[in-house]
Amino acid sequence: MDKRTTNNIAVGVLWVAAGITVTVLGAIILYVFINGIRVLSPEFIFTWPEGVNSEGGVWPTIISTLYVTGLAMLICTPVAVLAAVYLAEYAHQGKTVSTIRFAADSLASVPSIVMGLFGFALFVEAMGLGLSMLSAALALSLLMLPIVMRATEEAIRSVPRYIRWGSYGMGATKWQTVGRVVLPAAAPRVITGIVLATGRAVGETAVVFYTMGQAIWLPISPLDSGRPMTVHLYLLAVEGINIPAAYGTALLLMLMILGFNLGARWILKRYRKV
Amino acid sequence: MTGATDMKAPKGELTLVSRETQIKEWLLAALFFACAFVAVLGVALIFGFVGWKAWPIIGEVGLIDFLTGSVWAPTDGEYGILALIQGSFVVTLGALALGTPLAVGTAVFLSEIASPGIRAFVRPAVELLAGIPSVVYGFFGVVLLRPIIGDLTGSVGFGPLTAWIILAIMIVPTIAALSEDALQSIPMGIREASYAMGATQWQTIYKVVVPAAKIGIIDAIILGMGRAIGETMAVLMLVGNAPQFFAGVGEPMSSLTSQIVMDMGYSTGIHRTALFGMAAILFVFSMLLVLAVRLLSRLKD
Repeated sequence: MDKRTTNNIAVGVLWVAAGITVTVLGAIILYVFINGIRVLSPEFIFTWPEGVNSEGGVWPTIISTLYVTGLAMLICTPVAVLAAVYLAEYAHQGKTVSTIRFAADSLASVPSIVMGLFGFALFVEAMGLGLSMLSAALALSLLMLPIVMRATEEAIRSVPRYIRWGSYGMGATKWQTVGRVVLPAAAPRVITGIVLATGRAVGETAVVFYTMGQAIWLPISPLDSGRPMTVHLYLLAVEGINIPAAYGTALLLMLMILGFNLGARWILKRYRKV
Repeated sequence: MTGATDMKAPKGELTLVSRETQIKEWLLAALFFACAFVAVLGVALIFGFVGWKAWPIIGEVGLIDFLTGSVWAPTDGEYGILALIQGSFVVTLGALALGTPLAVGTAVFLSEIASPGIRAFVRPAVELLAGIPSVVYGFFGVVLLRPIIGDLTGSVGFGPLTAWIILAIMIVPTIAALSEDALQSIPMGIREASYAMGATQWQTIYKVVVPAAKIGIIDAIILGMGRAIGETMAVLMLVGNAPQFFAGVGEPMSSLTSQIVMDMGYSTGIHRTALFGMAAILFVFSMLLVLAVRLLSRLKD
């Protein structure tokens, strides 16, 4: 076979591969969207589940999800950003840094069920926090930590060196330089990383399953239990008594995560200076 | 005054700042280090706590019997997880076999063939899809794919085949996005040199570009594998959750992750320690994959 024919066939195959990927993924989204949009209404969003959860809306689960991811974000962000400051600005390459990096990579790859059992053993039982928003947020923040750390470190490294030299030349100390010059310059990309990590936390199921519980409850205090949207969707799908509500919850989840992703992109585009 | 780092932070005898500021700077540096150390502490805590909860299983059942026992029947006091380990690998390897060609093909297409317009649309879409929660994929599998597979195999439709297809769809975005990064990092000049020698687009792809990006692509596949073996919800919803050995693509199986969720709700005593033992095995395995990626990147340098 001459090389031109081979080339045409191979390129055709690659077109097909990409086509299949886009079609299949598009089909899933379309399927959930078409089935979900029918049940999506203000009543569905703002009312409580009724009966054996076979009627009514999903309001408490939305609040539980937002509550726990917001709390996890608050716990994770300071630690992750300062950890990245250490890695990018203070650390000398060596055993300590490579240990920290290995730990962060490992943390990023911990299966969510392992994180769930760990959170259950440590936060729920050993620390006595019970099935609560706080337990779940602590476990989720460990999951978000490496993502935010990596995004922040890359953001800090992308700030040009001469900006730092200017600051040092003015007599600023190291922290003054990092805190008032480098971090503000890196802020858009840091925020993007935080938003993306939060979006991932919204979709977590196995972790919150064992740290937050399943009781439908409107959480007020961090020690309250609750049922997040992902767990609600899982239970609806398994029980099979209210599949329309499951479609609606799945669509809401996907819209929320889409919102987080588009929000992150928008922040990056709008405020990117460096 | 030796290295560049010393020049950035005046200290010691070169007192440009007050003692007070120096102490403040030092304390802040210590705080940042403590924050960075949280990652190490986190891993140590996970390892310690899961290991501590799992420890009694070694005394009660024995490590060898636990790992190689073929019967998982906690109510009868049988705690062998070999069938579950097999289940995890069957599910993971099948998903990789289906998903990898598709993902790498998509990555090559995006990086080498697609026009900028198509790329600008498909690439963000693929990244977005990597963020869809696994429980949504699982739900999709239950309502749409399960009945179809059930008709094809003449069973209820819960089993490895259903899990393979959904897991493959789930790992495609991860592998495709990372592989495309690897392909994009190959300098343009290498491609131009290949074209200048009279090579076609395909020859350039499979003899020049893909070999050059090989390690990055393998990294991507390993990370996809990590995602598949640790995947819980989608597998739980599709694989059938019967702790038995592979008997056909339509026959229910179970995996380490899904069996943990199945049993966690009612387990007590030694049964629960066995579940933590399974979690410990999963954790060790995911760390081995991270280690493999690290060794590979050392190979690249």
